[in-house]
Amino acid sequence: MATLELKQITKSFDDTHVIKGVDLEVNDREFVVFVGPSGCGKSTLMRMIAGLESATSGDILIDGQRMNEVGPADRGLAMVFQSYALYPHMTVEDNMGFSMRLAGISKDKRREKVLEAAKILQLEPLLDRKPKALSGGQRQRVAIGRAIVRNPSIFLFDEPLSNLDAALRVQMRIELARLHEELDATMIYVTHDQIEAMTMADKIVVLQGGEVEQVGSPMELYHHPRNRFVAGFIGSPKMNFIAVERVSSDGEGVTIKLPGGETRQVPIDGAGLSSGAALELGVRPEHLVLDEQGPMEGCIQVLERLGGQTSLYVQMGDSLLTIMADGDVAYRVNDSVRFGFSSDRAHLFDADGLSLAKLHRHPLAGLRRQDNRAPSDAVDQ
Amino acid sequence: MTTAKHSSVPSTSAAPLERSALTSALLNRRLWLGVLGWILALVIFFPIFWMIVTGFKTEAEAIADPSLIFSPTLENYAEVQSRAGYAKFALNSVVVAFGSTLLALLIAIPAAYSMAFLPTKRTKGTLLWMLSTKMLPPVGVLVPIYLLFRDTGLLDTRTGLVIVYTLMNLPIVVWMLYTFFKDMPKDILEAGRMDGAGTLQEVIYLLLPLTLPGIASTGLLAVILSWNEAFWSLNLTSSQAAPLTAYIASFSSPEGLFWAKLSAASTMAIAPIVIFGWLTQKQMVRGLTFGAVK
Repeated sequence: MATLELKQITKSFDDTHVIKGVDLEVNDREFVVFVGPSGCGKSTLMRMIAGLESATSGDILIDGQRMNEVGPADRGLAMVFQSYALYPHMTVEDNMGFSMRLAGISKDKRREKVLEAAKILQLEPLLDRKPKALSGGQRQRVAIGRAIVRNPSIFLFDEPLSNLDAALRVQMRIELARLHEELDATMIYVTHDQIEAMTMADKIVVLQGGEVEQVGSPMELYHHPRNRFVAGFIGSPKMNFIAVERVSSDGEGVTIKLPGGETRQVPIDGAGLSSGAALELGVRPEHLVLDEQGPMEGCIQVLERLGGQTSLYVQMGDSLLTIMADGDVAYRVNDSVRFGFSSDRAHLFDADGLSLAKLHRHPLAGLRRQDNRAPSDAVDQ
Repeated sequence: MTTAKHSSVPSTSAAPLERSALTSALLNRRLWLGVLGWILALVIFFPIFWMIVTGFKTEAEAIADPSLIFSPTLENYAEVQSRAGYAKFALNSVVVAFGSTLLALLIAIPAAYSMAFLPTKRTKGTLLWMLSTKMLPPVGVLVPIYLLFRDTGLLDTRTGLVIVYTLMNLPIVVWMLYTFFKDMPKDILEAGRMDGAGTLQEVIYLLLPLTLPGIASTGLLAVILSWNEAFWSLNLTSSQAAPLTAYIASFSSPEGLFWAKLSAASTMAIAPIVIFGWLTQKQMVRGLTFGAVK
């Protein structure tokens, strides 16, 4: 139905290079999420795909056709804006039918298509209302409805959930995933929220400073981040980084010296590392384990009890580490704790911040979103 | 226990006292501000009031010691009307004020659109430069404009006056529309573009309906400025295209100064615009304070 290809796309405003040569392929019916910190260029990239911003150089191909010089309305795309951007002086029906009105489609035909989209989004009772008489969630649905009636080959979403409250955001996230199934369309979604990215994407594109850091499935990024940035950005709470030193390496992995002086072996390819090389050990909070015989020790600074889990913020040397522990741990602030880590979940980063390859691929790293459900299960969560 | 009791005694008795002192201070402040406001309003309105009153006096009463006790007469209005046709001047005023406003809006809307939505490095400078032309004394360009009008046959024509008023108001109209357009969420126009709207459709279906209050108050201001303008109308018109400002001026001429008639003529000249301004004051205030208070 629709594929998108970006070839060496760049964008500069005067002397500022916002996008620095992005290559990307989006397959038909894929749900692709652009994620990154604010100012990473993700929205600019989407606006270039939409045609609202021109590319300084490079090619934008939709279904193999070069689209750089084609106007936004003629690219076969529809966009849902962060602010919803509904037309405040028009009713819901007129908002959704505006594109057809411009195209000179008859009123009856317009109404038919609007009703069709309204049905999918349960907007039928609201068709005569103006946007200001709608709640945030309803406005969001109208904005999506306006996109649906255009029958686009690719949907573009620019941080569509960031104006909603937390509960509604979860609900809309599920609804969007359901919509993706129902419409069977290619979708590109921009967010700075890595949870949205993890839960909805077939493919995540992590951007930083106008460059693609890594492209991959959510589980790929979680288990095999390419560098320290991706490792820190994907996963919540953030991954802990601990300065370590290489002692030796063999076919079983790299032996490292931890801050307390103890050594451990991690199953990571250490070929080419010099003895004594400074490395960084990356361990996610959920993979640090409280253990009285553990190799590391720190002092609890803050303790957050969430009921089922407890987050411990532990000072070790210069760094503050996060440990996700059981909800019932009996520690208090200022207690000193010993802890270890599960070595097959650990990551190592070299002095340039690049990941060292793991010896074993994680079994779920290649998991696709549709693998999560039984064939008859339509709703994807 | 004793300390608690001790401390509670003064606090309960002092609180209402303080509160009443505070409210009375506030009331006082409000009262004085109110009085001051009324005095200021009276000072501003007094000349207009006096003009209206004088219009109902006889010529003798008008130059006698100022007094509010007299028997009102309509003879000035009758005489003024018989000497110079009010209607012709009024029609000129209406045509010229609304015509120039319409023309200014037609030119300013595209100009403000491009400045607000497609700005370049020089947009801000251009705007300031345009506004700076308002600081030039009009008399400085009187001779060249007079000569141009004479050679092109625009002297004493409504068309000529419409052109001058349009040019005169254009900077302020562009500036005001620019601030209104700037305030319009860009996303909405972009959504329109995604929906297939060209620039013209974008302006007609989205920009104009959404900035209508701003455009209306800009238009109102332009109408009032054109209506009240006297310098150009006195210098560029004589009989055919003369608006109400020229009508007033015609009563201060050769035979001497007739205060009562002059007052009656002035009252008639300003009445339409005062009523118009009064009816639209809400819109006007909104437009003029826009951007300042948000």
